[in-house]
Amino acid sequence: MKAQVAALFAGLLFGLGLVVSQMINPDKIIGFLNVTGDWDPSLALVLVAAVTMSFLGLRLAARRTRPIVSDKFQIPSRRDLDGRLIIGAAIFGIGWGLAGYCPGPALAALTVGTWEPVVFLGAMFLGSLLCRFFESRFPQKAPKI
Amino acid sequence: MENFTPYTALIGGALIGLAATVLLLMNGRIAGVSGILNGIFKSSRGDAAWRVWFLIGLIIGGGLYIMFFPPAFEPRTGFPLALLVIAGVLVGFGARLGSGCTSGHGVCGLARLSGRSLVATGVFLTTGMLTVFFVTRHVSGV
Repeated sequence: MKAQVAALFAGLLFGLGLVVSQMINPDKIIGFLNVTGDWDPSLALVLVAAVTMSFLGLRLAARRTRPIVSDKFQIPSRRDLDGRLIIGAAIFGIGWGLAGYCPGPALAALTVGTWEPVVFLGAMFLGSLLCRFFESRFPQKAPKI
Repeated sequence: MENFTPYTALIGGALIGLAATVLLLMNGRIAGVSGILNGIFKSSRGDAAWRVWFLIGLIIGGGLYIMFFPPAFEPRTGFPLALLVIAGVLVGFGARLGSGCTSGHGVCGLARLSGRSLVATGVFLTTGMLTVFFVTRHVSGV
């Protein structure tokens, strides 16, 4: 129960941050990626502020043996660079640049009042299912850590 | 650069980082939206609830702010539906294959100084910029 309340609170802050920073506006994303045009560097500052704050949070977490309302920290441990990471990120970037949406902002933008996020999220779910099908056909070898 | 909004970018970014900190300190989890979303369908029952609540918070958090402070931008109209669908499929496929999206790799991964996330972020920023250069700017007139 406490874990769910904490997650809800974290989600509220996350959604608020995405709207305040206007990252839910796809024109802001495309404006940032459009480096040869009328460049809008806002996204870079969002990233810098978010990474700095998260970095401080990680330092706080490093002092603890376990999280406050859960049993253990679950932080990714893989260090290998594999083809799936790079190809996946490349495909993700193409989709991101095409419409100016990624998963978080699309969810936070659901209440803006256009159909775009709804359509995008439906298609995103389909893409995720396609990837799951791909992964079941071509299982990944055990990663080298 | 007349669209540059430095103050709201810094405040919003700090809120996103604070959200990631809360989720890490309280739940011991990384605030990667695509990972949280995908995990709902493959994780055990006990592990799905916090994910759903985080996502509900994400939607409501955005909604509450929009309710009190209507967005400072006009929602985009007339964007080609087919392009939106293709974009969504690519983002869903890529985020899963590449184990993360802008929040998981871009925010949390960079903060952990993860080499994998640094590479992923560099790659999706590059392909995103190339896509805007070759395709999107000709479509949406930016």
